[in-house]
Amino acid sequence: MNAHAPLPAAGCGVAIRPERGQRAVFCGLTGIVWLHRKIQDAFFLVVGSRTCAHLIQSAAGVMIFAEPRFATAIIDERDLAGIADMNEELDRVVTRLIERRPDIRLLFLVGSCPSEVIKLDLSRAALRLSQRLAPGVRVLDYSGSGIETTFTEGEDACLASLVPGLTDAGPAAADELLVVGALADVVEDQFSRIFSELGIPARFLPARRAGAMPAVGRGTPYLLAQPFLTQTARALDERGARRLPAPFPLGAEGTTGWLRAAAEAFGVDPARFDAATAPGLGRARIALSPYRAKLAGKRVFFFPDSQLEVPLARFLSREMGAELVEVGTPYLHRTHLAPELELLPDGTQIVEGQSLDDGLDRCRAARPDLTVCGLGLANPLEAEGLATKWSIELLFTPVQGYDQAGDLAELFARPLHRRTRLEV
Amino acid sequence: MQLTVWTYEGPPHIGAMRIATAMEGLHYVLHAPQGDTYADLLFTMIERRAKRPPVTYTTFQARDLGGDTAAIFKDAVAAAYARFQPQAMIVGASCTAELIQDDPGGLAKALNLPIPVIPLELPAYQKKENWGASETFYRLVRTLAGAPVTRAPRDGRRPVCNVLGPTALGFRHRDDLIEVTKLLETLGVAVNVVAPLGASPADLGRLGEADFNIVLYPEIARAAAQYLEKAHGQPFIDIVPIGVGATTRFVEAVAALAGLDPAPILAGAPSRLPWYSRSVDSTYLTDKRVFVFGDATHALGIARVAARELGFKLVGLGTYSREFAREVRAEAALHGIEATISDDYLDVEAAIQAAQPELVLGTQMERHVAKRLGIPCAVISAPVHVQDFPARHSPQMGFEGANVLFDTLVHPLMMGLEEHLLGMFREDSEFHNGAAPSHLGHGPARSAEASAPAQATAPLPEPLTEPAPPATAPAPIRVEAEAIHAMPQPAAHPAPWAPDAEKELRKIPFFVRGKARANTERFARERQLPLITLETLYDAKAHFGR
Ligand code: SF4
Ligand code: SF4
Repeated sequence: MNAHAPLPAAGCGVAIRPERGQRAVFCGLTGIVWLHRKIQDAFFLVVGSRTCAHLIQSAAGVMIFAEPRFATAIIDERDLAGIADMNEELDRVVTRLIERRPDIRLLFLVGSCPSEVIKLDLSRAALRLSQRLAPGVRVLDYSGSGIETTFTEGEDACLASLVPGLTDAGPAAADELLVVGALADVVEDQFSRIFSELGIPARFLPARRAGAMPAVGRGTPYLLAQPFLTQTARALDERGARRLPAPFPLGAEGTTGWLRAAAEAFGVDPARFDAATAPGLGRARIALSPYRAKLAGKRVFFFPDSQLEVPLARFLSREMGAELVEVGTPYLHRTHLAPELELLPDGTQIVEGQSLDDGLDRCRAARPDLTVCGLGLANPLEAEGLATKWSIELLFTPVQGYDQAGDLAELFARPLHRRTRLEV
Repeated sequence: MQLTVWTYEGPPHIGAMRIATAMEGLHYVLHAPQGDTYADLLFTMIERRAKRPPVTYTTFQARDLGGDTAAIFKDAVAAAYARFQPQAMIVGASCTAELIQDDPGGLAKALNLPIPVIPLELPAYQKKENWGASETFYRLVRTLAGAPVTRAPRDGRRPVCNVLGPTALGFRHRDDLIEVTKLLETLGVAVNVVAPLGASPADLGRLGEADFNIVLYPEIARAAAQYLEKAHGQPFIDIVPIGVGATTRFVEAVAALAGLDPAPILAGAPSRLPWYSRSVDSTYLTDKRVFVFGDATHALGIARVAARELGFKLVGLGTYSREFAREVRAEAALHGIEATISDDYLDVEAAIQAAQPELVLGTQMERHVAKRLGIPCAVISAPVHVQDFPARHSPQMGFEGANVLFDTLVHPLMMGLEEHLLGMFREDSEFHNGAAPSHLGHGPARSAEASAPAQATAPLPEPLTEPAPPATAPAPIRVEAEAIHAMPQPAAHPAPWAPDAEKELRKIPFFVRGKARANTERFARERQLPLITLETLYDAKAHFGR
C-alpha cells in the first residue's frame, strides 16, 4: 500500500500508486458526444480553437452529420488581438445559432483550454445570454478543457452545472431516489422498471429533456450510476442530498449491490428485493456463463481512461475470473470507489494518473492477455502482438444493469475470440 | 469567432504531426494540454498505423499552469531524447500552449542536445493543417538539407530526382508514390530521396544530391521545393499527375528535365481510361453535370479528368485550400463558372444545391451532403474516413491512377443500360429522373413526388410462373431484381388482362416487364378501363413514353 494514499476502507489490500507524466487521454469535451444524445433539446457550444472542433469531429465520427446538437465557436486572431470584442462575438454566434435551431431549450457554453487560459468568463456570458434568451432557452456553462477535465469528467462538469438550477423538492425531498449519471435510454428504462417493482420512486439526472430535470432537496437520497461524478456529487451534497454508497451497476454483482443500496435506504423488504431482482440476476448469470470460460485466468491490463477501470476490473476479476495485472485510472475518488475497492482482490495494483511511456514499458513487460486502452494505443499494441479492447466503446455502449452484463463480458471476450478465429 | 460544426482541416500542429509520423528517426515534442493526444488516433485508426506517432505531448494540466510549464516542456524534450534517440527533433506549441507563451524553441535549445532541434512557429489561430505540414517540411528541409553540393556532370549517369510531398494521413499518398516511382523507374530516372514519407533526417541531408525535384502535392511540398531551387539550384516539377493528360505532361516534363525519351512510356495504351471513356457505354456520361470540391491538388486534378477525359460538364469547382484560391479560380473561369473558395461546409452545400449537379466529387463532407440531397457522389480528397485508406492498391496518380479514377467517378452513376431504361420509362416511379443507381439501394429520391407511389404501396412479387430470365449481363438482372422489389401495387384490383395482351407483355424483355405491367395497369386504372387489351398496352407505352 502506498503511504501517500491512505485507503478509506481498512482491511482492503489494494496498492494505489500515483504516477505523473505524459497522459494519453481525451479531454472532457468528448463527453458531448454522448451527452447530446441524452438531453434531446440541449445544444453544446464549445468556445475553443480549431483543435477543439477537430477533436469533437474525430470523436463523433459520422454522427457529425445527423444534424448534431453541438458545434464550436472557434476563437480567431481577431478575438485574441482584441480587434473583436469576444463577448459580443459570442453573443452574435449564439444568436445566429438559436435562430437556426429554434428547437433548442438548453444551451451549454463549454469551456476549453484556450478559453480557460485567456480567462474568458463563460459563466457571465451564460448569465447574460440566459437573460436575453429567456424564457425559451436556458444557458449554462461548464468546462470540458483538457487542462481541467479528463474524458468522462466532462460529463461530471456538465451535470454539476445543472444541479444549482434544479427545483427544490421541498419537504418531500427524501421520498424520491435520484439516479445520477447519463445512462443509455434502454438501461434507464430497465432500472426504472426495477425501481418501481421495489416501490422506489426514482428520477434520473440528466433527464431526456431540459424541462424535465428532477428536483432535489434536503435529504434526497441519490445513487451514482457512474464513478466519475465527483463535482456533481459535491454540488448535490451542497443542496442537502445524501449519497448512497454502493458499487457501480456493472455486472450482476455490481448491479445487485447498487440496487440494494437503494432498497436499504428506502427500507424495502428483503423478500421483495429478492423477488424484484431474481429474474434479472438469473438472466445475467446465464448470459455471463459462456464468457466466464473465455475470460477466466486471463491477465488484464488497464490503461487509464474513464475512471470506469476500477469497477470494470472488479467485474472481470470477481465475475469472470480474470487476473488483474494493473488497473490504471486517470483519477481515483477514494470515497465513491470505496465499495469497489473492497471487492478487488488483495494486492491489486492500481495506478492513479499516468506516465505513458512508463506504463507502456510495464505493459510490454507483463505481456497481458488483454489490454484495455484508448484508440491511440490499441493498434500499435496489437501490432506488437497484444490483444486489446479499446476503451471508449465502454462509454458508447449500454453496459450497465443485469441485461447488459452479458454484453459487457462480450466486449472483453470478443478480441480474444477474434484472435483465435483469424488464421492469417 | 466562427461557428463551426465541421472543419476540413485540423490545426497546423496536426500538419506537423503528419510530417513527423511520415518520417523515421524524427521526434516531435508538442507543448499541449492533456487531451490533445486525441490526434494520435487519426494515425492509428484512420490510417491504421501499427506504431504510435513519434510525438511526445507535455500534457500539462490546470494545476501546472501556476507553476513552471516551461520546466515540464524541457523535461519532456530531455526524456523524449533519452528514450527515442532520434536523429533530429521538432518542437512547438499547440493552440493552448501558444497562449501561455513558453518558448519551445528557446527552451529546447537550452538543453544543448547533440542533434538538430528545429523550432516550429505554427500560428494556430490563423493557419491550418496543410499550412502546418508545408511549413514543417520546409523548416526541416531548410535546416537539414545542408550546404549545396556539386553534382557530377550528367553524361554517362542516370538522372536523379527527389520525390517530395507524400505524408502520413495523406489521401492515397501510399499508392500514388508507388505509381510515380514506377513511372520514374521506367523512364530511367533514379530516385534519390522520397520525403517526408519514409525519409529520415539523414536522408534530408542528401536532398542536394539530386538533379531536380518532383512535387507531388503542392500544398505540402512546393515551399520546400522552392527553397531547394534557390539554395541548391534544383529545378522542380509540380505538375500533379492525376489523369491521363496530366500524367502525360508530367512524364514529358520529367523526361525533358532529365534529357530522356518519354516515348517508351507513352507508347501504346498506358491507361485504360481513354478507351473506356470512348467505348459506347460511356456515351451517356457526356455533359453529366459534376461538382468538384476538395483540397486544391485534388480539386484541380479531378476537375480536369472529369471535364476533359470523361466528358462531364463542370458545374461547380471549389477548394478549402485558401492558399491556392487563385489557381482554382482560374480553372473555374475556363469553364465559365465561379469557384467556391470556402472552409464552411454550409457554403459548399449551398453551392452544390445551386449548381444542381448529377454527380458530386468531394471530401467525406460532400459525401454526406450529397447523400442528404440524393445525389451520387465519390470521394476524391481529404478529409476522409477510414474506408478511404483502403487495403487494395488505389492510387489517384499515374496511368493506373487514371484507371482507378474512371471506376471511381463512373461507379456512382447509372450504367449506360440503366440510363437507357430511364429514357424508356421516364415517367415511372422507379426510373424517374432522380432515381439513384441500383447499387445505391433505395436512397432518398430527388423528387418526393416521383417516389411517392412506390412508397405508398406494398411490393408485389412477379408471378412465379414467369419463364426464367435468360442469362445475360449482370446489369439487367439487378435491374429486374429491383423492379420486382419495388413494383407498385395498385390500390384497387387491376383490370384483367386480355389473353393477347398478356401474351404481348411476355415479349417485352424480362427486365422491364414488371414496369410495363405496372404502368399499363395504372393507365387502365386511371381511365377505369374494364379490360387491358393489346391496345391498352401500347396506349400506355405511348402515354408514359412521352
Ligand atoms: S485538450 Fe483543450 S485544446 Fe485540446 S481539444 Fe480539448 S479543450 Fe480543446
Ligand atoms: S456509395 Fe458511392 S455514391 Fe454512395 S455515398 Fe458512397 S461513394 Fe457516394
